[in-house]
Amino acid sequence: MNIHDQSRWNKIKSWIILSLFIILISALGYIIGFVYGSPIPGFVLAIFGALLYSVIMYFQGDSIILATTGAREVTKKEYPYLFHTVEGLAIAAGIPTPKAYVIEDTALNAFATGRDPQHASVTVTTGLLNKLNRQELEGVIAHEMSHIKNFDIRMMMLTAVFVGITILLSDFLLRSFLWGSGSRDRENNQMTIIFIVIGIILAILAPLIAELIKLAVSRRREYGADADGALLTRNPEGLASALEKIKNDPDPLVDKANKATAHLFISTPFRKTKGFFTGLFSTHPPIDERIKILRGM
Amino acid sequence: MNPTWWIVIIGGAIVLIAIVIYNGLVRIKNQVENSWAQIDVQLKRRFDLIPNLIETVKGYAKHEKGVLEGVTQARTAFMGAKSPKEMAKAENMLEGTLKTLFAVSENYPQLQANENFLQLQEELSGTESKIAYARQHYNDMVMEYNTKVQTFPTNMFAKVFSFAEKELFETPEVERQNVKVQF
Repeated sequence: MNIHDQSRWNKIKSWIILSLFIILISALGYIIGFVYGSPIPGFVLAIFGALLYSVIMYFQGDSIILATTGAREVTKKEYPYLFHTVEGLAIAAGIPTPKAYVIEDTALNAFATGRDPQHASVTVTTGLLNKLNRQELEGVIAHEMSHIKNFDIRMMMLTAVFVGITILLSDFLLRSFLWGSGSRDRENNQMTIIFIVIGIILAILAPLIAELIKLAVSRRREYGADADGALLTRNPEGLASALEKIKNDPDPLVDKANKATAHLFISTPFRKTKGFFTGLFSTHPPIDERIKILRGM
Repeated sequence: MNPTWWIVIIGGAIVLIAIVIYNGLVRIKNQVENSWAQIDVQLKRRFDLIPNLIETVKGYAKHEKGVLEGVTQARTAFMGAKSPKEMAKAENMLEGTLKTLFAVSENYPQLQANENFLQLQEELSGTESKIAYARQHYNDMVMEYNTKVQTFPTNMFAKVFSFAEKELFETPEVERQNVKVQF
């Protein structure tokens, strides 16, 4: 797949995610409305809310993601070195220069977000800036630049904000069902229905969320950005050596990363644990494999 | 169906395909030209940075007149260059003299501590790599354009609308040699 096909496919996937989200929320609205005796108003309200949320997130999602990760926009004066690298690789990729953000964190990590190459940003941690040399930093930025150029960022951004709100909503619903209705004097019969409904909602929601995250961060996406990034710098060793440093860093934790934003980062922002579930729900391909592929180029 | 209808339908389809292909060719041709202009932007940037650099260095390293003059000369030669070959030669000279300047400047601790100097140094090396990236992007675009012009069925339309192949930017022989650092 060349870059044009990749972009087109990513735009289609973004629409699919958007539609799935609206369907999911409106179904939820219908069920909640049904429980309280008025399914249609619940349905309409939910659709309206989901649409509004989608529109806001399409335009403002990146600002919200940047705010929750604690990233701060920096000027050329503060970080000339970072700026020149970003500018240079934007020229190499033939896209407008994205904005540069920095997270004050000793962990080594980076991500890109935005809705298209005209509205995009690259974020790196201060740890990354301090510990990588110029070639390695170029490798990392080139990887992010590839995500921007092929519209990976749009899909990943939408996934992040939708996963975020879905987790929040299901959490909120669970609490309100458990504590809210218990205090009211209701028939046992109705309570049973409510709990069955909760069970169904949760059963539907949890795997769906997992599927969405997986859809967004198929391992191929990271491998693809590695390869395209290496093509931009004409130097796969830069990124390989950067990934090696990231792997060997004792503190992979980005303090403000959470489940909704984890898949945005170049390498998993959580503590490294081993086990069946980490492999199954891992948002990133194994770093050793990525290094091996880069070194084989 | 009437045979005349078939002719109209097929003719219409060909015209539509021609429009799409023509527009595609124009788009990528403009991208190629734009990426060429990008190289000039970066070259101009480096060109503008040099007088500032010389002024800053002058204040600390008066004895390095020869080196400073070398840079100025190379810059002037670069400005006067007409053919690509001359340009490449001047650029090679400019790169060499700049390297010499930065090597020499290491003997002046005060200069090394000067905020302005460090900033200019970072700016220049950033611009150097941007020039390289701009050229690389130009070549990428030319390659994409040439592939389009050469492959079927676009090549037929390219010929009709006279879209000629473009040349890659190649580093001239002089530049491939290692840059000499003179003291």
